[in-house]
Amino acid sequence: MENQDISLPLEEQTEEFVVNIGPQHPSTHGVLRLEATLDGETIKDILPHLGYIHRGIEKMTESLGYKQSIYLTSRMDYLSAHINNQACSLAVEKALQVEVPERAKAIRIIMAELQRLTSHELWWGSCAMDIGAVTPFFLGFRDRERILEIFEANTGNRLTMNYITPGGVMQDVLPSFVSDLKTLLVKVKGYLAEYDTLITGNIIFQRRLQGVGVLPKEMAISLGCTGPTARASGVSCDVRKYHPYDGYEKLEFKEILNDGCDSWARYLVRMEEMRESIYIIEQLLDNLPEGEYRAKMKGVIKLPAGEYYQRVETARGELGVYIVSDGTNKPYRMKFRTPCYSNLAAVKPINVGAKIGDLMASMATIDLVIPDIDR
Amino acid sequence: MIQFSDITSWIHETLSGLLSPGLTFLAELVLAGVAVLAMVLVFVVIFVYMERKVAGFMQLRYGPNRVGIWGSLQVIADVFKLLLKESFAPDSVDKLLFNLAPYLVLAVSFMALAPISWAPGLQMWDTNIGVLFISAVSSIGVIGILMAGWSSNNKYSLIGAMRSGAQIVSYELSAGLSILAVVAMCGSLSVHDIIQSQADGWWIFKGHLPIIFSFVVYVIASTAECNRAPFDLAEAESELTAGYHTEYSGMGFGIFYLTEYINMLVVAMVASTVFLGGWLPFHIYGFEAFNHVMNFIPSWIWFFGKIFFIIFLIMWFRWTFPRLRIDQLLKLEWKYLLPLSIVNLVIVAFITIMGWHF
Amino acid sequence: MKTVLRYLQEVALAFRSLWSGLRLTLYFFTHPRKEIITEQYPENRTTSINIPERFAGEVVLTHDENNEHKCTACTLCEMACPNGTIKIISAQVETEDGKKKKVLDKWVYNLGMCTFCAQCIDACPQNAITMKNSFELSVYNRSDLIKTLNKPGSKLKEKS
Ligand code: SF4
Ligand code: SF4
Repeated sequence: MENQDISLPLEEQTEEFVVNIGPQHPSTHGVLRLEATLDGETIKDILPHLGYIHRGIEKMTESLGYKQSIYLTSRMDYLSAHINNQACSLAVEKALQVEVPERAKAIRIIMAELQRLTSHELWWGSCAMDIGAVTPFFLGFRDRERILEIFEANTGNRLTMNYITPGGVMQDVLPSFVSDLKTLLVKVKGYLAEYDTLITGNIIFQRRLQGVGVLPKEMAISLGCTGPTARASGVSCDVRKYHPYDGYEKLEFKEILNDGCDSWARYLVRMEEMRESIYIIEQLLDNLPEGEYRAKMKGVIKLPAGEYYQRVETARGELGVYIVSDGTNKPYRMKFRTPCYSNLAAVKPINVGAKIGDLMASMATIDLVIPDIDR
Repeated sequence: MIQFSDITSWIHETLSGLLSPGLTFLAELVLAGVAVLAMVLVFVVIFVYMERKVAGFMQLRYGPNRVGIWGSLQVIADVFKLLLKESFAPDSVDKLLFNLAPYLVLAVSFMALAPISWAPGLQMWDTNIGVLFISAVSSIGVIGILMAGWSSNNKYSLIGAMRSGAQIVSYELSAGLSILAVVAMCGSLSVHDIIQSQADGWWIFKGHLPIIFSFVVYVIASTAECNRAPFDLAEAESELTAGYHTEYSGMGFGIFYLTEYINMLVVAMVASTVFLGGWLPFHIYGFEAFNHVMNFIPSWIWFFGKIFFIIFLIMWFRWTFPRLRIDQLLKLEWKYLLPLSIVNLVIVAFITIMGWHF
Repeated sequence: MKTVLRYLQEVALAFRSLWSGLRLTLYFFTHPRKEIITEQYPENRTTSINIPERFAGEVVLTHDENNEHKCTACTLCEMACPNGTIKIISAQVETEDGKKKKVLDKWVYNLGMCTFCAQCIDACPQNAITMKNSFELSVYNRSDLIKTLNKPGSKLKEKS
């Protein structure tokens, strides 16, 4: 009501059309509320409201031991639960200066890349569904299921795997792990080809994404965007390259960059990242180190007093874990720098002036996981 | 073989024997209405089942398979569920318009069925402006949709209704123009005449490229008119939750759902009548033996077969394509389909004048 | 002329891209046997269902054939559990030689609060508990979820 022209006669005055998209809405994929001010179909302003799924994970960690806190992080970005656990675990290992066995490192990376694949496959399906094609959603889930089967067989859980423990992994992988994965990767490559036929090549889909939700490079940097969202704006920010952990330094892989800055670029970056993940896994599979899968650790972990920081690359961007320890068995403070929270900041600037349909497209390609925003 | 015209004339004679002419007419009207209602409901039930199965198979699922054999009773169960649900009107809706809208939409789509010729001699209203009537009446439905969207007092509904208005009004044009191409060739607007003119070959075969083009345009435009994906902007569930029928529940929603399928039925009937020869069998000029075999297949199988073919096409599109954006949708119509249709119509007129078609 | 050609080429490419998608869905439609991935769950629960050995379904206290378990009631698992799922209730009993000894009385497990993180299993020094791959765990009454895992009459396995 604010910006109406009072000098006009009453019947010519206009009101702002404010639509609440969310908290329950099919395309916010969680309880995020976007308060959109519309002018017809065009978005004039957009204001994200978060906090609907705040669980106080950071506070909860202060009353739990380190081992237990690690598994709380699975509930932040549940689509890359394993990578979250890895971040936390790495921070603890860094503080204790534990040497993780080579085999454990390799298994962790394989699992992390598989997790990235599952996440991107699910993203692909839901992205296509936000654009309006329903069939890809089922394909995405089908392919994710194949990977989840491997998770289930090896770690006992599908989504929150609880597989990483400080010092290594919970249990050794099955003897059939390598051969299973090899058949899986062949399948996944076929699936990726299907994705390209069904959606990537589709002219409607391309037109829906190209030139939509443009996030310029400078803006991506100043908003603190990371992950595929930033890499699609040409910002080189892959933590696996810049701050390698768990042996990423020994692997050969490309950091996928794209200068397109729009939703289509983000789409392409993610599609390409899937191929790169497969490539990383293939390198590790051929010479999976033998030996211990877990370093000996004490039952109750006490970190020496101090501050520790560890960052990893989840499927959505850079996750930072900051631990302040006072020498007891519980963290004094644990802070997570989650990728989705920073990426959420991009929603407003890239959508003002776009259409409602574009909002869905760019939200889909930014790929937010709402529990990761709120924690 | 029993002809449908025999049955209708038998009914007519029996009734006139019993009743006065005025009452006979009235009784026949009622009979025809009930027959069409029953027919259409059966069709819709089949379509809904088919839609679910097609969607299921295309999405690597079985579709409904628990209620009845192969889930065949699922639709009936759903209809009962909808009937038993409360038709709830929220507090701040415009009650009159809100409750009227579904019935208006439904009535309009039934009206469009009147001039359709179902089989030889089975036609409710053989008017000389049949095709024109259908395309005129079927665009009234948008008023019902606008009513629903406006009276719901819901922002999603309003946006959905406005989109639907823009969409149907624009696509009506190219749908009309593509039908007009055939009308120009056969020289009549009457449904009966259009079908008869295809006795020696369907228009899609003997009309050269322009008619094939018209057919493609008609399928695209009519998909848009039915508000189905990839043109389902009015109810784009990832943008507007359910569009103009967000606030409807129970049978109010059920009627909108029903109407969508009746509209599809109308579209498929028009397409098969105008382009695919209605209930006429497939003939190849010169192959008498083949034509003879084709003649043995009853006309209703031909007609329904064509209808199901068109419906399958529309469903196939729906479960494959992503949705267009509103400006792309309008751009497609006003910048591509409409100009091309006009050019196409000119070419058709030229061909007709020169008598180049078969 | 060139622009017209390019325009037509664009239209043709657009149709080709749409057609390739249509072909894929048609393939799915016409090959249901090969492509459908739905598991017919209640029917296949005894036949083709695949639950991996390691699947973390519920915590069980392993008993051997003599109805003996290995739990010494040390409560390490209770402390390791992030959710307070486990309650170890121990009892003091007198052994033959007159010494007092702590033995397990009740191993109370609240399935409704368990997140299947396997921390307890990791913490147990005796390997007394494991994860079972059962998955049909629903009950009609919430109190049924609170289970006592040691079987009646079971006792501690003597160290040999
Ligand atoms: S599996 Fe985890 S949550 Fe469940 S009882 Fe063991 S420690 Fe507790
Ligand atoms: S189950 Fe293991 S950890 Fe728990 S009380 Fe028994 S012996 Fe101790």
